[in-house]
Amino acid sequence: MKPAPFTYHRAGSLAEAAEMAATLDNARLLSGGQSLMAMMNLRYVAVDHLIDLNPVAEIAGIAIDGGRVTLGAMTRQRAVLESDALAACCPILREALGFVGHVQTRNRGTVGGSLAHLDPAAELPGMAALLDAEITLTSRGGARTVAMADYPQGYMTPDIVDGEILTSVAFDLWPEGHGWDFREFAQRHGDFAMAGVGSLIALDADGRIGRAAVILIGVGDGPLRLRDVEDILTDEAPSGALFAAAAAMAAARPMSADALVTEAYRQHLSRVLVRRSLTRACARATEAAHA
Amino acid sequence: MPDALPRRRITLTVNGKEHSAETEDRYSLADFLRHGLGLTGTHLGCEHGVCGACTVLVNGEAVRGCLMLAVQAEGCRVTTIEGLADDDGALSPLQQAFMDNHGLQCGFCTPGILTTLTAYLRDHPNADEPEIREALSGNICRCTGYDTIVRAALAAARTIREGAKA
Repeated sequence: MKPAPFTYHRAGSLAEAAEMAATLDNARLLSGGQSLMAMMNLRYVAVDHLIDLNPVAEIAGIAIDGGRVTLGAMTRQRAVLESDALAACCPILREALGFVGHVQTRNRGTVGGSLAHLDPAAELPGMAALLDAEITLTSRGGARTVAMADYPQGYMTPDIVDGEILTSVAFDLWPEGHGWDFREFAQRHGDFAMAGVGSLIALDADGRIGRAAVILIGVGDGPLRLRDVEDILTDEAPSGALFAAAAAMAAARPMSADALVTEAYRQHLSRVLVRRSLTRACARATEAAHA
Repeated sequence: MPDALPRRRITLTVNGKEHSAETEDRYSLADFLRHGLGLTGTHLGCEHGVCGACTVLVNGEAVRGCLMLAVQAEGCRVTTIEGLADDDGALSPLQQAFMDNHGLQCGFCTPGILTTLTAYLRDHPNADEPEIREALSGNICRCTGYDTIVRAALAAARTIREGAKA
């Protein structure tokens, strides 16, 4: 075995998990474990107590109600990928989830675990940022909701305080017939992306872009929402020149560099991916309008 | 000191047989299968979820044996490489196809690949080559002999489909 010693606690209910989270010192919550167990095996993380949320069925599941979607934190990534109901009303989720790790990790990995881990290259936090999601955090004292825009506090640092459990994420659906696209560039399918982009486009009655949302992942401290790019797209007719200008604007911002990838290369990838993504999202919206 | 480490007894079904054994809290499922039950067919490569060599089926689904704790498998149904062949020793269609197409090579990553593909082909018997390559993306073969692995998987898929028709 690789992890430093700890005591395992099986939480039978949310109330029990909240009680444990409030009272156990140096404790971590275990959901899918596809990042946390790896970090513990590498001893980047050493805990005294591990609180297993897997038996807490009350925080798992997909609810679609009145134009709003709520995903329980313990919903497996595979369940999101395979939900036909979600794919029908929010198709970008299926496209993005196909890039999350591999079948073995999606079978265990959860929505809440990914949001709590907040890896800058992770697809689920990117989707939450793109969809203006709200995150619910529950503790012994009650629950509070945080907008995804305020949730990342820095590199892999979510706005979660000791004793809080991420219990769900919720977002409003985009109008029927919206266009979408998610794509990324990685060394191997399922690896952490060097850059990834998600786009949502809704056309107005005149065929202009009525509403746009664009995010980049893997290029900074967290998911990067491109509000300036969305502004220049809005109220414009879709065109190659518009997408090129938007892509140039997206790529102009500072980006991270690491041992494999320079900042300039991330900017280049972002420019290419944003242009292609907007092109496809607009094509899908146009196609839906003519269907 | 080792006596003080948190341990507990777990009961689970492995390859159709119920086991009850004690494990340290921090033991991975893969370590438990190897050292607790002596089922050394499951291999640990990287031990941080990248290589896929430790893949086993838990309640029928492929998971990383190094990223799941043994204590989490309480009450679960686990299938390892030792459980893929019939009780009489007859190889599964996938195992036979790996033999016939030289999909094994050095064999270290093979248990993880066979368990991954067993679940995948059960759910996707019509899988084509790109789909099989994507399904294999979570299993690293350091012999890099993917062509024969993919060929074996496609052959197994054909056998499974023909079996289903018969």
